[in-house]
Amino acid sequence: MVDVLYFAWVRERIGLPRETLTTSAATVTDLIAELCAREERYALAFSDLKSLRVALDQKLSSFDAPLMGVREVAFFPPMTGG
Amino acid sequence: MRLSVQEEPFDAGAELNAFTAGVSGAGAVVSFTGIVRDLSGTLRAMEIEHYPGMTESAISAIMDEAVTRWSLSEALVIHRYGALEPGAQIMMVATASAHRVAAFEAAEFLMDYLKSRAPFWKKEIGQDGAEWVSAKDEDEQALTRW
Repeated sequence: MVDVLYFAWVRERIGLPRETLTTSAATVTDLIAELCAREERYALAFSDLKSLRVALDQKLSSFDAPLMGVREVAFFPPMTGG
Repeated sequence: MRLSVQEEPFDAGAELNAFTAGVSGAGAVVSFTGIVRDLSGTLRAMEIEHYPGMTESAISAIMDEAVTRWSLSEALVIHRYGALEPGAQIMMVATASAHRVAAFEAAEFLMDYLKSRAPFWKKEIGQDGAEWVSAKDEDEQALTRW
């Protein structure tokens, strides 16, 4: 079980802020492929990975990172703080 | 070191005075305050979303690095989220060190990293609709100088 969180326009496109999934995905890329296969709104949100960032257990990570032991995955656009 | 991620407004003047009163042995205090700008004159509000938990840990890590690298005697970051009106104070940074150059550099470092490594997202609510603010290439580029 993994908690998946969405922020900013990723949240708006998918239509929810978070969900808990049962997945056998080995990497972030695998998880994205699973989500995109589920529904069109996911495919739309993940259509351009260059405009997305991912955090694993609240630390910035990469799409090829393994999901083993990860409890929280977050997807969001590049940050605009300050 | 003090970090506050908050929805409510803050008083930058009072915060700076309290910060300065709390540093001992520092010869220099530098502060920066970010304000919601309305370049087109049509902005109704700026909505700031953040990632509770990661926001605090990411900013704390950035502050730790600044304190170590520039031997700061004290550092402060306040960052708001929620709906802010044009002219409202979004955030402030303050640094204290023995010498001026370290305080200035550390404040710039904190600002550069807060821009693209702290999980905040800004949305401009205008008269004709709302739009997410895009990250700028130069903001990412700014990190390479550190």
